[in-house]
Amino acid sequence: MTDKLAIDVEDLTVAYREKPVLWDVDMEVPSGVLMAIVGPNGAGKTTLIKAILGLVESAAGDVRIFGKSYTEQRSLVGYVPQRGSVDWDFPTTVIDVVMMGQYGRLGMFRRPGKREREMSIEALDKVGMADFRNRQISQLSGGQQQRVFLARALVQDARVYFMDEPFQGVDVTTEKAIIAILRELRNQDKTVVVVHHDIQTVPEYFDWVTLLNVRRIACGPVDREFTEENLRLAYGGRASFGTKLPNSTHR
Amino acid sequence: MEALEFIQNLVTDYTLRTVAIGSGMLGIVSGTLGAFAVLRRQSLLGDAMSHAALPGIALAFILTGSKSSLVLLVGAALAGWLGTYFVTKTVGLSRIKYDSALGMILSVFFGFGLVLLTYIQKMPNAAQAGLDKFLFGQAATLLQSDVYAMSVIGIVIVLAVTVFFKEFKLLSFDPEYGKSIGFPVRWLDAILTALLVVAIVIGLQTVGVVLMSAMIVAPAAAARQWTQNLGVMIFLSALFGCLAGMSGAVISSLSANMPTGPSIVVVISLIVVISILFAPERGMVSNLIRRYGNRKRLRVDLTLSTLHALAIHHNDPTHAHEASSIRVMAPSEFGVEKTLHELDKQGLVESNSEGKWILTQRGLRRAEELKANNGSEADD
Repeated sequence: MTDKLAIDVEDLTVAYREKPVLWDVDMEVPSGVLMAIVGPNGAGKTTLIKAILGLVESAAGDVRIFGKSYTEQRSLVGYVPQRGSVDWDFPTTVIDVVMMGQYGRLGMFRRPGKREREMSIEALDKVGMADFRNRQISQLSGGQQQRVFLARALVQDARVYFMDEPFQGVDVTTEKAIIAILRELRNQDKTVVVVHHDIQTVPEYFDWVTLLNVRRIACGPVDREFTEENLRLAYGGRASFGTKLPNSTHR
Repeated sequence: MEALEFIQNLVTDYTLRTVAIGSGMLGIVSGTLGAFAVLRRQSLLGDAMSHAALPGIALAFILTGSKSSLVLLVGAALAGWLGTYFVTKTVGLSRIKYDSALGMILSVFFGFGLVLLTYIQKMPNAAQAGLDKFLFGQAATLLQSDVYAMSVIGIVIVLAVTVFFKEFKLLSFDPEYGKSIGFPVRWLDAILTALLVVAIVIGLQTVGVVLMSAMIVAPAAAARQWTQNLGVMIFLSALFGCLAGMSGAVISSLSANMPTGPSIVVVISLIVVISILFAPERGMVSNLIRRYGNRKRLRVDLTLSTLHALAIHHNDPTHAHEASSIRVMAPSEFGVEKTLHELDKQGLVESNSEGKWILTQRGLRRAEELKANNGSEADD
């Protein structure tokens, strides 16, 4: 049964200087769902996906992707980091960045060739950026940067995707376009995990949700777990700081 | 010195040739690695490493009594490495930020190095003379064997960058993503940093600890101005470094006791200034020109549209207007008359006998085009 789970996280704990950022987090995600990770600032949302990907060291816990460790299943996993994590004035082009998505498959020393180029153009086409392929990345708007990052992950042709705030700083049109692509991935039985900030849109966009605040509050289908009760548990007193709960009767 | 005689010397004079080739080689090495250091925002690391190398050189001399380049440079490399280790540890173990830690370690090591140098100067055996060349560099002390060593290191570095081009690019642009797809990011980082240490160490004799960081940062900063392509940037950076190294070394060899470091830095700074001013896309001059062009186009378009709007208002495209009617609709200090005369020259407007302005047929067509274009842009 466990092997059927796309992502299986057990007892994951991450600490920075003794202070726990994630504490004893369990998360079981089946294949073919579109899941949001939500929680207040500092809840450890980004840390959770970074710990799953082995980008930050975990103090304890175990992560399984389709029943095996992440290092064994790397080729099945795609990652979209936060847009702000790189220098967009780097001297390179859109197609070059997208082709980085194939570096893992190419391995060391081998350079991307014609096939990699064609696949990258295809991925760019999916996010509506094919015409921008020879643009300098410094000339892109925020939404375009995000779509380039998305194309880079698409070209990895993974089965599980982790995306860190893919809607940050993009306009509504781009947000809808991105969510359409994510749904298409889900319909191909891929698993998409998205760190999300806007709890208003969770029921509309996602079918699974993980509520996080250092500890796991809830993890499961949106209609079951995305309850006012759970939201209050996740956002706690901080909800009164202007976080609007959906259908909230008391603020 | 006559130019011809000088060129002849460059070909025949053994010392001059050694010095020029050695410094040029150094420029290639530091330019290549500097490109990555600048893109990875590690410019200051080079500065810290080179300053931290000074006590290593002094200690190596005190302990071994040898003045051979190899012994001293091994000392330099060890001290430089120790310095960066301290920086990393300081950041990891305290709340001190990276830049403060760099500044602190850099000055502590450098100060300690100067104390040791002074101590050496006062030592009874007279063998100490010449160690201070490591402060500002003295390319004239380069030997043929040094140049061979530099060339070998240079070839290794250029080869490494060629072989690991894709890897180093990913490491510089998005190391975390690289890690996620299974690239040995830590190893690549170690290789690149080790190469940087080597580049700095071999530059110490020529350029000196004080100004070595300029050899890392300046060629890359200049190269970045001219291109948007990483490969081209690395090539240009190496070229600028080589150019500055050779000419700086030659300039310093022309006058006695002129240290090489400052001469090289003057040349490379000149290249940087020229690049910042005159590079085609990112240069300040082309920016100004572009801004002026934009403003002029805006002025012309706005005037045409205004005339057109006024004409439509009268249901008569040939209805003439005074310049002052346009001025009312335009921002202040706009230069309406000037713009009208420019448009007149282009045959888009003409003035009638009363000095009023009318759109010509071409002007009318142009104004209608503008209107259509603006409409479609607004739909985007």
